[in-house]
Amino acid sequence: MSGSQPSRAIARDREKQTVQPPVLDLEDIQHFLMSRPPARAARYEFLTFRSATGGRFWLNGLIDKVGTAKAVGSGAGDSRWITIGFTWNGLRALGVAEESLATFPEEFRQGMAGRAEITGTTGVNHPDHWVGGLASPDLHAIAILFARDVTERERCREEHERHVAKCEGVELLSHLDLEALPPFDYAHEHFGYRDRLSQPVIEGTGAEPTPGSGPPIKAGEFFLGYPDEEGPAGGLPQPEILSRNASYVAYLRMQEHVSRFRDFLQAHGETPEQQEWIAAKLMGRWRSGAPLALAPDEDDPNLGADSQRNNDFAYADMDPYGYACPLGSHIRRMNPRDTAVNVNRRKMIRRGGTYGPPLPDDAPDDGIERGIAAFIGCASLVRQFEFTMNVWANDRNFHELGNERDPIFGNQDGTLDMTIPKRPIRMKIGGLPAFTTIRGGAYFLLPGIRALRHLASLGDSH
Amino acid sequence: MATPTPARLKEKENDWTRPAAMSIPKEGYFTLEKGRYGPVFPKTPACHGFSVVAKVKPGKEQVIRDYGKTIEEAVKNDPFVLAPLKLHYLRWILFDVGSGLHFMYQGIFDTDFDKYLEDAVALFIKTGITTVFTNLEGWPEDWKTNLPAVIRFFRDHQCPSFLEYGEYPYVSADEVKEALKLKAAFADMLDLMQ
Ligand code: HEM
Repeated sequence: MSGSQPSRAIARDREKQTVQPPVLDLEDIQHFLMSRPPARAARYEFLTFRSATGGRFWLNGLIDKVGTAKAVGSGAGDSRWITIGFTWNGLRALGVAEESLATFPEEFRQGMAGRAEITGTTGVNHPDHWVGGLASPDLHAIAILFARDVTERERCREEHERHVAKCEGVELLSHLDLEALPPFDYAHEHFGYRDRLSQPVIEGTGAEPTPGSGPPIKAGEFFLGYPDEEGPAGGLPQPEILSRNASYVAYLRMQEHVSRFRDFLQAHGETPEQQEWIAAKLMGRWRSGAPLALAPDEDDPNLGADSQRNNDFAYADMDPYGYACPLGSHIRRMNPRDTAVNVNRRKMIRRGGTYGPPLPDDAPDDGIERGIAAFIGCASLVRQFEFTMNVWANDRNFHELGNERDPIFGNQDGTLDMTIPKRPIRMKIGGLPAFTTIRGGAYFLLPGIRALRHLASLGDSH
Repeated sequence: MATPTPARLKEKENDWTRPAAMSIPKEGYFTLEKGRYGPVFPKTPACHGFSVVAKVKPGKEQVIRDYGKTIEEAVKNDPFVLAPLKLHYLRWILFDVGSGLHFMYQGIFDTDFDKYLEDAVALFIKTGITTVFTNLEGWPEDWKTNLPAVIRFFRDHQCPSFLEYGEYPYVSADEVKEALKLKAAFADMLDLMQ
């Protein structure tokens, strides 16, 4: 595009060679955004603190169980991994001072329910319809448990139940149990797409990005107190002990309407091959994970499963008009790669899993809720998560598409389209149904370990 | 019936063949729609836009005027440097109506002010446009590390229009460029057919 870019890139490379990335405080950072342990089951517990002392007592009893980046990264033979997060109301309920609370960013103070219009969670997705008390100001904390298997999860559940019973004024608002979908040899979700294929690599962790995944991203994009893609860290919530090494996560419980999705494929594809093609066009990848940018005409399961190849693509030169991967498909929206500016400031780390039983291939709708309950981790909810929701997922005119939103999880109300560029003429599907419904969400701060100790000891000095 | 195309187009909501004006309430919008950093301003016949007005720090007029040359050079060196903003036009004005020297930065573009603010700020920093802003009153001292404060400056100093007009309303810069490209291609084709 510009003549001066190569020289700028060289300058940047030179800078990279000389400036060492800051050392990450792995003993303080919670493991959650750093590593994905081999868990097949999970449980999220949503808590409220009716008393500050009770809340702090609860926290005190759990701190030593929280997995640090160091411990979990070392691969020690754990079979369960625990993470703790607080809403802004939760920090207040624990006794954090008002002047400190005021230093947190506005979007975190308002909480996800307060930002519904911005994230596009309106209509049937609106917080008024959310389940589990997630839209309530009484939601104070989340305890996230990942376990090697269901037996271990149940053991932990009972242990936590006993602990909560000892903490006065601490109550469970709701919970969600999650299990990986069989077959377990590859991660996938209820619609059948292979998942967990692309994710940013954090600079300083030593991990190498797979081909095509771009350079490692500065730690400050995910952890507070480190330089980010624009430069030195600034504007940490105060006191610093509370925010250093913390991350924000946006939690989303997204119901997947599997029957509706399958009916849609059948209505728009006459043969099974055509149906697979439609499914691929919505996602930008075949259900096998093979990216359309590399496998435009037919599925290539080996490619889908090969991490050295399945991210090795971009769009600007390979597929500028979206003949392979539609401009409006899920992965092209969620990461436009080289067709948007500042993409490194919009990166997110995805965590979570599937809940609800799988719907067998030929089964009719069984009325059971199933879906994905995910966390999107970042250092700035407004710049990373909310931008993605507001612009990439829900701006009807993203990429000049005119009347479209993300076909997988955008706010669909039956009035929007999906354009599939195709020669000689494009295919346009009108009245796209909503394949997913947001059933709840919240913003949590995942503090560092020192911050957890600070929070647990708040009352001591009073 | 001699010109069927415009007649058909007239049925469409945003008809570029029909000049249009829109008067806008004092708040700058008709119904409150929340964006990430504040109310969302509507698209008008003159597309999206902003008019940022701020007072110049004493003695800084010449610095700002000289900066015009720098921006001119930046665009000459890299004509597409501002492309991410999806601009039609930018105007930079210095004026004094008796209350001291003021600076106005007016832009007409195709994306909404709220949506791409961080991209705009990143671009202003990259191209050095921010150097102008450092000479304005109210510009945050810690702008290099405090993106929220920079964004607040733009929002606080934005003066919404009360009336906007378009001779060919709602047309995006991309559409204009595509039409001109088509026209050029068509002219070439006619040349080839001679
Ligand atoms: C029920 C809802 C959703 C489903 C079924 C879904 C499914 C998928 C699948 C199958 C992939 C491809 C695998 C991969 O690249 O890792 C993917 C990619 C991705 N999704 Fe989602 N997703 C959902 C919601 C979301 C949400 C809420 C976000 C963030 C706000 C998100 C962000 C992303 C990102 C960033 C990628 C990677 C794109 C790339 O780097 O090419 N997704 N998603």
